[in-house]
Amino acid sequence: MHTRQNQKNLTSAQKKRFTAAVLELKRSGAYDALVRTHDKYFVPDRDRKLRVGHMSPSFFPWHRRYLLEFERQLQEIDAGVSVPYWDWTTDSSPASSLWADDFLGGTGRTGDRKVMTGPFAYDKGNWTVTVGITESAFLTRNLGRPQNPITLPTAAELQWAIDDPTYDVAPWDSTATAGGFRNKLEGWAAPKSERWRNHNKVHQWIGGHMTGGTAPNDPAFWLHHAFVDLIWDRWQQKHPGSGYLPAAPLAVGDLQRGRVIARDEPMPPWNITPREMSDHRSLYRYE
Amino acid sequence: MKKITRRQALGATAGALTALGLTAAAAGATSAAATPAEPTTPGTVDEVYQGRRIQITPGGGGHHGGHHSPGQPTVRIDGRELHIMRNADGTWISVINHYETFAEPKLLARAAVRDLQGAALVPFGGAA
Repeated sequence: MHTRQNQKNLTSAQKKRFTAAVLELKRSGAYDALVRTHDKYFVPDRDRKLRVGHMSPSFFPWHRRYLLEFERQLQEIDAGVSVPYWDWTTDSSPASSLWADDFLGGTGRTGDRKVMTGPFAYDKGNWTVTVGITESAFLTRNLGRPQNPITLPTAAELQWAIDDPTYDVAPWDSTATAGGFRNKLEGWAAPKSERWRNHNKVHQWIGGHMTGGTAPNDPAFWLHHAFVDLIWDRWQQKHPGSGYLPAAPLAVGDLQRGRVIARDEPMPPWNITPREMSDHRSLYRYE
Repeated sequence: MKKITRRQALGATAGALTALGLTAAAAGATSAAATPAEPTTPGTVDEVYQGRRIQITPGGGGHHGGHHSPGQPTVRIDGRELHIMRNADGTWISVINHYETFAEPKLLARAAVRDLQGAALVPFGGAA
């Protein structure tokens, strides 16, 4: 049992241990395998294939299991490390300590958006992007997108998702707009007047690698998704009578049959079910 | 020649990618010089946007490696294919913009150019 802390409360020693473990995972090659996994399981909802990571109800349990994989690998390097979470509704500035030199480093430079500060700056020699969409070997960011500014989700925007008592609704994809906590938090259900909300919007705000399929190249990915994981907790506490949906495999004839994971169906690549992932309290807690 | 998919390209070694990249960049430059911009088929795009050449070929042809649905257009930036995906509501996403949807491939390609900031795409199933 370990505790996932709010990143703003970490001591400088804890930040150092976390970043050192991440760098060691990168050095061993295991980190890049995780990046590849994320890219592989991003299947769009027009495809007639199983959608397990995104645009589907299993968005929350799939990412919970994915973060656990990352965290277990970090703990094999340093048993005292856990994944911190980033509450982007409160630490919402590029000047936050999250982006300081002793933690994740700051935004990218003008021109090519290359991150120049912190432990993951390419020029430090410990963070070469190998599983990328482009040929660039350096990590990129564009915090707040200054040339076309975007703000991080507000507490009210987050609450709009948490207040929805239904976990997810048909057709269980990015077009599920008849309600549903999952799509409101993942962010595709933003009102037409807005382009993004919540989870998706945070990827946009960070920019660079975080907007693409290989987003976990940026270690900020894990802190973002740890908060998304905590939000799932908060939703469960607010709606104790609600649970993961669909509860049973979809009926024959349903176009989403075979494309969406029901509560007791196994999620690749780990073959663990959403039900098994719905309660994390035997594994870790949030401060 | 057997085409490789982007997934396979991602699994290749950095050295192999560099070698492929140089070949693809040279081929892209050659075709850019040799092909005049003459959009004829609806949906065809051939434009220079912020210094990068965007080419969109409507579905049915192009450099498909079996990695996405038939009938989907092929989008190239400086001769390299940009992996795009279609969403249930008909909008598009690309590997550069996975968390933002676009109403049409041209808007998606322009957004990718803005985000690339001059970087070259990793080639897959393209000129190489």
